[in-house]
Amino acid sequence: MRGAILGAGTRPRTAPASRPAAPLLLGITAAVGVFTLAPLALSVTAGLMANYAQGLGAGLTTRWLGEVWALYGGTVALSLGLALACVAVALLAGVPCGYALARSRSRVARAFEELLTLPVAVPGLATALALILAYGEWGGFRQSPAFILAGHVVFTLPFMVRTVGAAFRRDDLMALEEAARTLGAGFARRFVGVLVPAVAPSIVAGCLMVFTLSIGEFNLTWMLHTPLTRTLPVGLADSYASMRLEIGSAYTLVFLAVIAPVLWAMQAVAHWIERRDATDHAAR
Amino acid sequence: MPPTTPPAEGTRVHLRGCARTHAGGVRALLPTTLEVWPGEVLALLGPSGCGKTTLLRLVAGLLAPDAGGRVHFDGEDVTPLPVERRDIGMVFQHYALFPQMSVAANIGYGLRVRGASPAQERERVGELVEMMRLQGLEQRRPAALSGGQRQRVALARAVAVRPRVLLLDEPLTALDAQLKETLRDELAAWLRQWRITTVHVTHDQREALALADRLAVMRAGRVLQVGRGEDLYRAPGHAFVAAFLGRVNRLERTRADLDSGTVTVGGAELAVRGEAAAASALLLRPEDIRIVDPEVGVPCGVVRQRSFLGDRVQLRVALEDQAADLLVDQARDSRARPGERVGLQIDTLRLMPTEEDPP
Repeated sequence: MRGAILGAGTRPRTAPASRPAAPLLLGITAAVGVFTLAPLALSVTAGLMANYAQGLGAGLTTRWLGEVWALYGGTVALSLGLALACVAVALLAGVPCGYALARSRSRVARAFEELLTLPVAVPGLATALALILAYGEWGGFRQSPAFILAGHVVFTLPFMVRTVGAAFRRDDLMALEEAARTLGAGFARRFVGVLVPAVAPSIVAGCLMVFTLSIGEFNLTWMLHTPLTRTLPVGLADSYASMRLEIGSAYTLVFLAVIAPVLWAMQAVAHWIERRDATDHAAR
Repeated sequence: MPPTTPPAEGTRVHLRGCARTHAGGVRALLPTTLEVWPGEVLALLGPSGCGKTTLLRLVAGLLAPDAGGRVHFDGEDVTPLPVERRDIGMVFQHYALFPQMSVAANIGYGLRVRGASPAQERERVGELVEMMRLQGLEQRRPAALSGGQRQRVALARAVAVRPRVLLLDEPLTALDAQLKETLRDELAAWLRQWRITTVHVTHDQREALALADRLAVMRAGRVLQVGRGEDLYRAPGHAFVAAFLGRVNRLERTRADLDSGTVTVGGAELAVRGEAAAASALLLRPEDIRIVDPEVGVPCGVVRQRSFLGDRVQLRVALEDQAADLLVDQARDSRARPGERVGLQIDTLRLMPTEEDPP
């Protein structure tokens, strides 16, 4: 004779532990921060000095900033326009592509996903050369900012696809899509109305990355640009190479002044969305 | 816009020869034929990996059966229909509420998809908000709700469209024990009221017994037994079904026991009658045994362990002529103590026959 027992299982619950950052860690972080930011601060300061060789004793001036704006002001608008256009293309092409790759189980999709990272690994100069060889004869295209945009898209699209694709692969996103399907929603309706809003934090993160990479991109752009399609980084290289040090440094200041507010604004949007959705994810 | 009163009769769901082999050749479900009667609640009950969720997803259309399997709703072959066109409602284990939408927008989503006017949507959502006691929470996002509130929103969203079939995928699993019990009772009342044909997946036998009209107990990709909960509890066809529905003692019979139509328990021979007479092993629920004075002719044993479980006391009784202990449930004021010799009163009509489980 044997006795048999059937009991319900229990689930262990653990709470994440938190501990205050050790002073040593804070010290190291501060030291690394100072070490990395000091050159930038020095460069920015140099852009405001009347004469870098004579130091601060020669006084401060905005003259160099004025010269930079007069010589290279056009690059600001072009760079911002290119970066925003790059974000737009990455949104239109990258988000659906990320979704398709996340849902596809075919080997072709996996192989394509691996290939997507190639433009990131391959030196920008090589990618630029390939673009010139392929499309260099298309006169109007070659001479236009769209040619640079093509290069930037090739370089930045993988970041958007990977970021958004990872979000679409989450189990809770799968469940959201299935829930929308059970309620009768066709693909377009659930993609636009349910999935895209649910991965909004990842999309914003992808946009931020694409914008940042595009506005600071130099390797590709240096090969692809024409005298009429100079971007901020190309102009910066030009000023460093051909002008006095103070102008190059003032250019750095202009560069920071242009991109910092945009990046802060985008970060603020990203944080707002993250805060809004954080508890949803925790709840799920 | 659907009528505001649920249909008196539900949809008959019939699965015929439905099997499912996942990518990689894993056989999640063996060929299964199962009928869900109109308006009934059928629970698919079994341990993790038994195929119950696969079966539910076949009904939903979220998975397609292997070649040859068919799913019928009221005789209509819905196998080729995508989930969007099956007219079902589904509650997911973790609710899958749309995080960026308010409670009201979540509940009304299916209505909007079906082209209901804003007025129709407001009316139906208001009706469900009241029924589910969600008043005042309509404009909140799911993140701002408790687990129980989320569960009720998920249920309201699923039934808002008045689906032909309601599918519940472990809807109470994510809740803590006390809330689970409260919502289980509420859910039972709502399901009785709506009479929508419902398939309910769970691994919790108490939940299944409380909610379902019938149970289909599953193991290793197959349905072992289908029947009313009470029938399966009292007369399980398999040792697995018996054990999954509650604790059970298994009594082995010797050749001599079988020849004499008895079973030997604690030194006494008890007569076995009816269907159980020919079974090589018998099952006995702990609550079908009573502790009595150890008199001559009465099965006797020694209490090895006494566990107070709140609503009852569970005794583990060692039988002098057997290696294994017998589980006995007693009222919580039972005086039996470890080391005490006790008699056992066994209602032989409660002895259940069991067959060897299929592989």
